[in-house]
Amino acid sequence: MTAVAAGRRRVSTGVRLGVLLALVVVFLIPIYVLLVTSFKPLTEADPSQAWNLPQTWTVEAWRVAWEKLAPGLWNSVLLAVPGSLLSCALGSMNGYVLSKWRFPGADLLFTLFLFGMFIPYQGVMIPLVQLLVGLNELTGLQFYGAIPGLVLAHVIYGIPICTLIFRNYYVTIPDELIEASRVDGAGMLRTYWSVVLPVSGPAIAVVIIWQFTSLWNDFLFAVFLTGPTSWPATVMLNNIAGAQATPYSQQMAAAILASVPTMLIYVLLGRFFMRGLMAGALKG
Amino acid sequence: MLVRRVRTWLPGLLLVAPSIVAIGVFVYGMLGWNFRLAMTDKHDEVSEGRFVGLENFIGLWDQPRWHLSVNHAIMFTVVFVLGALVLGWLLAFLMEKGIRGEATFRAVYLFPMAISFVATGIVWRWLMNSGMEERAVGLNRLFDAIGLPQWQWFRDPDWGMAAMAIPAIWQMSGYVMALFLAGFRGVPEELREAARVDGCTEWGVYRHVVLPLLRPVTLSALIILGHISLKVFDLIVAVSGKQIITDVPAVFMWVAVFDSHDPAKGATIASYIVLSVAIFVVPYLIWSVRKERRS
Repeated sequence: MTAVAAGRRRVSTGVRLGVLLALVVVFLIPIYVLLVTSFKPLTEADPSQAWNLPQTWTVEAWRVAWEKLAPGLWNSVLLAVPGSLLSCALGSMNGYVLSKWRFPGADLLFTLFLFGMFIPYQGVMIPLVQLLVGLNELTGLQFYGAIPGLVLAHVIYGIPICTLIFRNYYVTIPDELIEASRVDGAGMLRTYWSVVLPVSGPAIAVVIIWQFTSLWNDFLFAVFLTGPTSWPATVMLNNIAGAQATPYSQQMAAAILASVPTMLIYVLLGRFFMRGLMAGALKG
Repeated sequence: MLVRRVRTWLPGLLLVAPSIVAIGVFVYGMLGWNFRLAMTDKHDEVSEGRFVGLENFIGLWDQPRWHLSVNHAIMFTVVFVLGALVLGWLLAFLMEKGIRGEATFRAVYLFPMAISFVATGIVWRWLMNSGMEERAVGLNRLFDAIGLPQWQWFRDPDWGMAAMAIPAIWQMSGYVMALFLAGFRGVPEELREAARVDGCTEWGVYRHVVLPLLRPVTLSALIILGHISLKVFDLIVAVSGKQIITDVPAVFMWVAVFDSHDPAKGATIASYIVLSVAIFVVPYLIWSVRKERRS
């Protein structure tokens, strides 16, 4: 490489780095605002100080936000943990069958499943409410207006994406492995249990992270299907923030609190989070 | 012979049977149920609901609020999809050849995706606060300080929905970046090298080798962004609440169901949302499944 070309290359790397850094600053502005505002006392809620760091730091807003939001956070845990585990179990079985134990029409079925991934949930909302209300009357249990109904909805509408992730992962298991197990006389479930499941780790991680995040962040289903005692964190947060009397500092502290679990997952398990995203793009 | 074939695939079918039933009932059954409800005159909670055909679908267009929400959805979609696509592509382009600290850059650009619209809506409502002059907070205060003009953000009657697309771009462009980055890296180095040997400039390599290979990624990104955009709901509710000025079909549907207690109208709006998504998602799914089978 000539000196000129090398020089040009260094300049272009510098420009690229500069633009990327500037965009990092832009991307982090909302986070700066959230953090800074959440530590401000009420006396600093003055527009002229909007962008300044707090003069006196206080966790008062965090304390109040925690008090208001805690029941919602707990509801979200009750929703997202069993919900993502159930999704995982269903997705794994479906993915196994659709990749390794195929039956006539499996491709068509898979395409029909996939459409479920893209349907706007508005299109099923009203009937879903009616069905869950009906289930309440039929069984005497709480489906509509409580966590179980919300879990049910998320698990069912999560089938497409979970099946897709597991199917794309299981396709990479060599068919010979399945064949060998069959030759040894193992049936479908036996093969699943002792050959497929033990190597499923990465796919399980991806699905649990994906489902946990979407259950935790969901608002639409929660607003339609739950009542005040079962509101998850998102709905409660929206109500807290919607009240005119709530100071910005409390709103922002509550917003951070409601995002801690998914942020933790993102920081600790970002690689798997990423893979889930890519699966959503229909790319294996 | 037939019995043996059946015995090989029947267990599999049984294992997915619960999911087939669930998808059948909850996706297709309920979509059908919703369409049927949209074709009745059940305009309150108690009435029986007689079949009226497409009356509601046509009648909706007589309502100014529906026109408004459709226009909003179109403006939001155009700004959001183009914005996220361009910004995501730019980020990937800048990082494509590898750069120091790439992992950190990627992590920063992607993290908004992990957070809910409801949570980020709170900070964006503050950032895009319409207060001006000495009452200005958020971006208006910042813009004033650096000499940029202030404006009404999502309260602007003409361009408000363009402002509403900003948080959505912030949330999703990192995802588009990840898609494009995977696309860029999927282009074999030998192909680029071969083009260079043939006398292509770097720009020529990009134009004739890389760009054509990015087309499928662009299409995927377009479909994903588009279907998110057409059903956008929590972002709007979190940033502006249920205000007419930022009405979109999904919010209008919520109002029809909960505030006006009009199931048939809610179902009609929902049907329109489904149709708008299905128009391009269904061909895309058929295309991508066919393509996968070929390879």
